[in-house]
Amino acid sequence: MAEIGRMTQARRAPRWLSGVVLLRAAIVLVVLLIWQGLAVSGWFYRDVMPALPKIWDALVKLLSGVNFYWNLGVTVEEVVIGLAIGGLLGVVAGLVVGSNAFIAKAYEPYLYYLGPTPKIIFFPVMIMWFGVDSGSKIAMGAVSCFFPIALCVAAGMHQIDSVLIKVGMSFRANPWQMATKIYLPAMRHPVINGLRLGLGVALIGTLLAETKLSNRGIGFLVIQAYNNFDMPRLYAVLVTLFVLAIGVNALVARFSGLDAIKQK
Amino acid sequence: MSAAAITARRFTPPVVGFGSAIFVLAAVEFLIRIGLINRFIVPLPSEVAASFGRVIVEEDILHRFLQTAWECSAAGVLLAVFGVVIGAVMHRLPLFRRACETWVAAFASAPLVLAYPLFLVLFGRSALTIIMLAFLSGLPPVILKTLEGLGATRRVLINVGRSLKLTQAQQFRKILFPSALPTIFVGIRLGLIFALINVVGVEFLINFGGLGQLINDLAERYDLPGVYAAITFVILVSVLFFVTTERAERWLRSVG
Repeated sequence: MAEIGRMTQARRAPRWLSGVVLLRAAIVLVVLLIWQGLAVSGWFYRDVMPALPKIWDALVKLLSGVNFYWNLGVTVEEVVIGLAIGGLLGVVAGLVVGSNAFIAKAYEPYLYYLGPTPKIIFFPVMIMWFGVDSGSKIAMGAVSCFFPIALCVAAGMHQIDSVLIKVGMSFRANPWQMATKIYLPAMRHPVINGLRLGLGVALIGTLLAETKLSNRGIGFLVIQAYNNFDMPRLYAVLVTLFVLAIGVNALVARFSGLDAIKQK
Repeated sequence: MSAAAITARRFTPPVVGFGSAIFVLAAVEFLIRIGLINRFIVPLPSEVAASFGRVIVEEDILHRFLQTAWECSAAGVLLAVFGVVIGAVMHRLPLFRRACETWVAAFASAPLVLAYPLFLVLFGRSALTIIMLAFLSGLPPVILKTLEGLGATRRVLINVGRSLKLTQAQQFRKILFPSALPTIFVGIRLGLIFALINVVGVEFLINFGGLGQLINDLAERYDLPGVYAAITFVILVSVLFFVTTERAERWLRSVG
């Protein structure tokens, strides 16, 4: 009976009025009020914590100008090319390492242990190899995303049902056919997961490189606002960037079916 | 299978892997010497190997290593304390958990390190900026893994605690926390890896601190063999850190 009562109550309460939504709204409100209180308190140097209307104005100005979208386009282009290069190399490396136990034992530890190293330290080398323009930023994106993609693909290869591989071999499939007909379809989810992880780190690698040495891109906008001590604009760029990054990550997870897998 | 065959089977792949790395370095050395690769862009591997001693002695690498290790440790302590406490509070308050868990997961996918100019303004060009960024970047996995570990405590253990009439604090200290510890440690390990990546990265970007600053310094002086040697050193430190925490995690799981 109690269960039925709860269900009836749940049906009656509109979704937007649920406890979770109300609590979230309350948390956001409290944080904004604390922020505004601190901004007008005078405890911080001027503009270190700008008042909310100032940040809002900067956000509107940023999003209504052409400059932001042009720089966003530059960053997106660099990330996409970096992801394409690093992703392709990562998938190939993962397929090669994952397809043979001997190769896996010989080379997988290098992928595994180099994966968590900070990639930004390679930036001086990338500048020497690819110049100060977009080439070095694309290379940073490619290097950053190579490792998670290669590791995910290799791990996916290890998990493939051996029956599928035997079927492919019994049909005398060549390596290309094995890769396109057996391996890649069987490990769609690890590959997509790797690409999703790779997208995140490629974005970070590219943006950090832009903050270090560039005259265009979103990373450049961040460091330009800092250099001009334009704090409302700095907050506006960071908020926009975080919303975009979180949104893209959520979209990739949803459209790739990873959310459904997690729920299972 | 004989013992010799088993030994050969065990050691041949790592030897082949290491041999391949040596072969690649030898090939690069050869290509530079015959002029196919510009030595002003890629230094001779032999020069890089020779510069190790110079970088270690002249650049005071021990002091820099200790500086980076200290920043990592400070961030590690902060993220372990705050991560576990926030995770435990969220576990205790289900409504709060349902409201905030997705935010924590979203926070994990935000490129927080990009906010380093903001942290420079807030905390100055100091170790505090590096520690705070590393701490915040490593926090989400600790919170999420603490929640996962506490939530996965076996029902029978909780019932045993209830039958012994343990208080909420005792239940947490004696049952929930020990049971969740291996999973919590996985989160702390992930958090520490994020912290190390961010510490070295931000040191490099703001040209302050230990090993990250060393790479930036050497690059600005156009000391190419030194840059490559310093990068190799940072990679070795990262690998050592990764292996040590991985072993600790395995040990904790076997004990648990």
